[in-house]
Amino acid sequence: MDSVRQRPVLDVSDLPSVAFGRSNTTWLANVFYMMIEGTMFALLFASYFYLRTRTSSWPPIQAPPNVGYGIANGIVFLLSLIPARYAQKVAPTGNRGKIQLALAGLAVFAIVNMVLRGFELANLNCRWYENAYGSIVWSLIGLHTGHLITEFLETATLLGVSFTPKMEGTRLADVAINSDYWYFVVVSAVLVDFLIYGTTRFL
Amino acid sequence: MNMALSEQIVIPQGNAELRLARTWAQPRGFWGWFMNVHHTAIGVRFMVTSFIFFLLGGVLAAMMRLQLSRPENGVLGPDLYNQVFTVHGSTMIFLFAVPMMFQGFGVYLVPLICGTRNIAFPRLNAFSYYLYVVGGLLLWVGLLLKTGADAGWFSYVPLSGPEFTPGKRSDFWAQMITFTEVSALGVAICIATTILRQRAPGMTLNRMPIILWEKLVISMAVIFAMPAVMVVSSMLLMDRTINTQFFNPSVGGDVLLYQHLFWFFGHPEVYIIFLPGTAIVSTLVPVFTRRHIFGYIPIVTSVVATAFLGFGVWVHHMFATGLPQMSESFFTAASLMIVVPTAVQFYCWLATIWHGRLQLKLPMLWVFGFFFVFLIGGLSGVMLASVPVDWQVHDTFFVVAHFHYVLIGGALFPMFGGLYFWIPKITGRMMNDFLGKLHFWLFFIGFNVTFFTMHFLGLRGMPRRVYTYTPEMHWGGLNMLASGGALIMVAGVIVFLVNFFQSRATGRLAGPNPWAAGSLEWAVPSPPPHYNFLELPTVNGREAVWDALPNQPIVTGVRDDIPEVLVTNSLDSEPQHKDELPGPSIWPFLTSIAVSIAFIWSIFSSWGIAYGAIPVVITLIGWLWPRGHSPAPRLETRMEGTWTR
Repeated sequence: MDSVRQRPVLDVSDLPSVAFGRSNTTWLANVFYMMIEGTMFALLFASYFYLRTRTSSWPPIQAPPNVGYGIANGIVFLLSLIPARYAQKVAPTGNRGKIQLALAGLAVFAIVNMVLRGFELANLNCRWYENAYGSIVWSLIGLHTGHLITEFLETATLLGVSFTPKMEGTRLADVAINSDYWYFVVVSAVLVDFLIYGTTRFL
Repeated sequence: MNMALSEQIVIPQGNAELRLARTWAQPRGFWGWFMNVHHTAIGVRFMVTSFIFFLLGGVLAAMMRLQLSRPENGVLGPDLYNQVFTVHGSTMIFLFAVPMMFQGFGVYLVPLICGTRNIAFPRLNAFSYYLYVVGGLLLWVGLLLKTGADAGWFSYVPLSGPEFTPGKRSDFWAQMITFTEVSALGVAICIATTILRQRAPGMTLNRMPIILWEKLVISMAVIFAMPAVMVVSSMLLMDRTINTQFFNPSVGGDVLLYQHLFWFFGHPEVYIIFLPGTAIVSTLVPVFTRRHIFGYIPIVTSVVATAFLGFGVWVHHMFATGLPQMSESFFTAASLMIVVPTAVQFYCWLATIWHGRLQLKLPMLWVFGFFFVFLIGGLSGVMLASVPVDWQVHDTFFVVAHFHYVLIGGALFPMFGGLYFWIPKITGRMMNDFLGKLHFWLFFIGFNVTFFTMHFLGLRGMPRRVYTYTPEMHWGGLNMLASGGALIMVAGVIVFLVNFFQSRATGRLAGPNPWAAGSLEWAVPSPPPHYNFLELPTVNGREAVWDALPNQPIVTGVRDDIPEVLVTNSLDSEPQHKDELPGPSIWPFLTSIAVSIAFIWSIFSSWGIAYGAIPVVITLIGWLWPRGHSPAPRLETRMEGTWTR
């Protein structure tokens, strides 16, 4: 039996169950993840410049990495912002067809990125075990490739979910948040490219 | 709050309690243990596990004191001694201090003090616990197999590198770091999100209890500091396993890079350990002086300033490496500056005590112990911040004395105070007061006999990390005194254990609020039910229970048939929406096993991470794949804005 008592209340029953944008808790956690990963990239960038002060020439003995595949991949990364943004825009509408189109487009871009990344690795003109320069270059691009693969898997998983009835509510918010992380992958790609292709030539 | 409240209405109880109990129930039995994702269970596990590691680390400390008690003693040989002091330091820092002070207290208390029903991302929280356990076991199994790490708790290169430490000893240490830091980072995200998004309505930033401020600041410090040690331990592991050359000077590497990266983490780590201690002090002092804390804003500002400055002093650990004098001067100044915010906190606590009605109950005794011990540690820190003094006593027992005064004073004394304060909440039973006081005096006296003595040993030139010394050095008497003090400390800890088990079985029932304290965890039964709050609270002041109106409003409209929580905004804690939290699941445990296999495999094979990633991906998809009920949540596409009625 219910007992009965009286109190003033703050009734929140009218509040929504799903939120998009900054009020979403996963959005905030995603920001924290980007802060962690961003700190790791920043520390590797700092290590790159620190190790550079330890040798008289940079790269020490090798030729700089071939820039062609790096530029091509950089362009693909920048173009991939289009499906990422589109996914973020259509997610709140719940339009299944548009969400699938956006996620499939993003996944295709990620696959092209990964293929081009393979060519980049083959054209770095250094190996990780040769010297500290090779070690830091491979670590930078390796860390970024890890993010690229992770993001592809997340996008592919969301694409899989989008073909089930589970693509509703909070999953839609996840689609929008996934795009935020893709932006991070693109920005870090540009910075890594600048370091390994740019600073070995121009700085 | 700018939201209107309804008139008084009828609140049905009884059935609601049953529904909440059913909705928030955690599975029982063997597999149920691995599926539990409630913050009180995981928080207690962090506390118990880290306390076990504290006892194990203490056993190693006792072995060292036994070995050093006499000159040319033969209890431990040099190789075993190296493993013992390395595993002791690594255990106390990575497996005890942070998991107890940050994760244990934080995971258990933060959701309760916020006034919510579970931590944000409860599965990530559970996953973090299992990873931490495996990391600890890795280090200790290594020691028991005579493959214990032996290059010191910071494992400097080149000593820990492939040339001077062949075998797997340093690899075990490096991967233990990865395990424990991933765990701490996961918990930092859970705690920070809970604080910023799940505070009870009315608990604005300006009314947030200081312990929440400190947990938030520490979470941020973890997020920015822990990546540094993950990067550097990964570099070490790669140098050892796949022949990268980060620290090999003959091909452009640099050993000081290791020290820079390690201490960029290592010094903030000190604050990650002792700021939770000051958080406990800032919580206990108002309760046992029966008044609000004096200087709330200065204390909060000091906490933020301490964490911020903590990132700018790492080089003071490297004064003896031959750095340029200008940078040494800068880091001396920065190190001295950090005294200021700590002193501000001290003055605020003293002012609170001065103007309050002091009740010298057991937890408060540990606060006074903290004042005394931490003050001495802080003062010897000021001495060490000066480069000439640092050079003179570098790598001597003076430094050992200093950091034990800081860490035991800053963490262990507040921890015991906190345990005596919150164990009645956790177990529902009071600890024995006499045994608690006996524990305090044994520990306090034993600690000071052991570690104050070490200052003199250091000034007499005894280096740290030597397994023995000759009688001609005349260090025997002081070492015997220090070892005697350690025995007294051990006796104190044994008294605590007896007290804990005895009180857990037969202690006086605590009731919801045995200390008449003011924060929200004391508004629920002891121990709390899995739904934490039968009625979700609103808050009217910094001490929610003390400042509550006679008929303080409660929150209604949060569903009790699914594990739903109220999400509020970061600044003003105004209700924004409701969120269904994930329930019990085996997947966090399975994922932690898969991740553990990948991490450990990487020690033995350069392709271990690549192959090990496959089961990790599979378990992660299993974890994240949506399933179960989600009974028709209302979908509203509100992008931003606050909710008002």
